[in-house]
Amino acid sequence: MDKHSPPTPTDVDEHDSGRAKPRNPLQKLYAAFESPGRRRALHLTILAILIVTPWISSQYTTVILTNALLYVVLCLGLNIVVGYAGLLDLGYAAFFAVGAYTVGILTQQFGVNFWAAIPFALMAAALAGVIIGGPTLRLRSDYLAIVTLGFGEIVRFTARNLEITGGASGLSHIPEPSLFGWHIDSSIDFYYVFVVLAVLAYVASQRLFDSRLGRAWLYVRHDEDAAEAMGINRVATKLAAYVTGAIFGAIGGIFFSVNLGAISPESFSFQQSVLILLAVVLGGMGKIPGVILGAFIVVLGPELLRDFGTLRLLIFAVLLLLIMLFRPSGIWPEKRS
Amino acid sequence: MLLQLKQVSLSFAGNTVLHEVDFGVAAGRIHSLIGPNGAGKTSMFNVITGFYRPQQGDITLDGEQIVKRKPHAVTRLGIARTFQNVRLFREMSVLENVMAGQHCRSRAGALAAILRLPSQRAEERRILETSLECLDFVGLMGHQDRLATNLAYGHQRRVEIARALATEPKLLLLDEPAAGLNSGEKQALIELIRRIRDERGVAVLLIEHDMSLVMNVSERISVLDHGSLITEGDPHSVQNDPKVIEAYLGQDDEELAL
Ligand SMILES: Nc1ncnc2c1ncn2[C@@H]1O[C@H](COP(=O)(O)OP(=O)(O)OP(=O)(O)O)[C@@H](O)[C@H]1O
Ligand SMILES: [Mg+2]
Repeated sequence: MDKHSPPTPTDVDEHDSGRAKPRNPLQKLYAAFESPGRRRALHLTILAILIVTPWISSQYTTVILTNALLYVVLCLGLNIVVGYAGLLDLGYAAFFAVGAYTVGILTQQFGVNFWAAIPFALMAAALAGVIIGGPTLRLRSDYLAIVTLGFGEIVRFTARNLEITGGASGLSHIPEPSLFGWHIDSSIDFYYVFVVLAVLAYVASQRLFDSRLGRAWLYVRHDEDAAEAMGINRVATKLAAYVTGAIFGAIGGIFFSVNLGAISPESFSFQQSVLILLAVVLGGMGKIPGVILGAFIVVLGPELLRDFGTLRLLIFAVLLLLIMLFRPSGIWPEKRS
Repeated sequence: MLLQLKQVSLSFAGNTVLHEVDFGVAAGRIHSLIGPNGAGKTSMFNVITGFYRPQQGDITLDGEQIVKRKPHAVTRLGIARTFQNVRLFREMSVLENVMAGQHCRSRAGALAAILRLPSQRAEERRILETSLECLDFVGLMGHQDRLATNLAYGHQRRVEIARALATEPKLLLLDEPAAGLNSGEKQALIELIRRIRDERGVAVLLIEHDMSLVMNVSERISVLDHGSLITEGDPHSVQNDPKVIEAYLGQDDEELAL
């Protein structure tokens, strides 16, 4: 609430433009693509690279890239919750699990068609978002971290102990989907499916953040009271972030389950949640290109360091620490000063 | 009466901040609330806007109960406010700040935004137009793309007013809008307050310590002291009321000299 101290005039130079000149290489690169035409060219180039890559690289690379694209979807989802709405979530893998298990159970045990199972998985994830968000969004953020961590673990333990989820060994032989006669089964097939998902997640994120709801997330994150005074329902706004993030996570989980054909509780561990969160923080919370870069780094980093054998995770961790040390607000450049 | 408070009492841990306050603001009025430091003026704003829940009493806007509503619901009903200490959204542009006010007058959700439905795009255009109009109204056209917190202090106060106007209120609450302004800016503020009422038909309730500004702009003045309303009337009668002079005795602020 209002404090009673006298207002402190923060007379800042009235003539500065409010924008910084690009300084580091990433900023320069980004600035070069400010115009819409160049931005489109960049998008098309990236898309072209994504399309041809599996034809000029090994199957192993394709599988790793598929995983990176899955992470792009998950990280963009968590970015809505953490980066935009500013809510710490240490159990994001739970939503990923809800999507994967709902589709796994419905298709494998009840013979439901994969595409028909998707709406149920999305609804289950939205419901999970409401269940975890509803009672906890009034909590302070440090409590929220504990509750979401607990929620993630509860979901994993439940999956471990129920018969319908296949217990500790999970579900296997989840049938592969078909689309208009196209049987999606090879690793290249799934690679393209994840390219589409990542592109959709990217476009959806951009559009959300360019909208009334996206701005509301920022207002609530910056100043809850001022946002309320502007007629923004902070609880509903945060809940919308949770549910939207949950749905992104579920979409990742849905296609993850059919891609592998098998899921087990260990696919949705706390470690998984932390890795996704790491990518979001590393990329620079709220900055979409940064988060995508973060997703690729988190997945590809350990692979590129494979030559170092058992040392690779240590080297990777040290590199991450260095990045955090020198760019505490993430690797993606600030848009404004 | 547009806004009506009846027997409103507020206390914190046994500390009475507002005591059985009866108070009203008529539609289309410029009304000031004055009183010494700590009298409970800001608390009264917080009670009206739903930030504080009074232990007792009734508050209505246009006959509608607002006392148990959340702040966002009160804003939706038509009361907008500014804060005693400017509270703009940091790291966001002037325009984005003002657009916040339009939130309660729009409704597109996540799905509409992702699909870019025609209704959503039309709504976004309307939000933009209304916000630009509000910025123009307070004289900040051309500053819309700058970071709000990079503006000079007097301009930041105007952004806050534009943001409040963007909620399309019936009643605007201004908490010490002249604090920290120089005399030229104060003069411009007086004109702005008059235009808000004259051109937009919005009633203004003003908390202000600058007596010459209050006497100049107000049509009605209420005086709060130790949480009680001690008098109310037109500027002339309030200025000469011995109770008011007594309430301000001991205040050493030279600008409070009546
Ligand atoms: N949230 C709160 N908790 C406890 N006490 C509060 C709270 N808010 C206000 N008060 C108390 O209520 C009294 C009135 O404060 P208020 O801010 O309403 O005064 P004011 O008239 O706006 O003063 P000023 O002119 O200095 O802004 C003060 O004694 C203050 O300490
Ligand atoms: Mg005050």
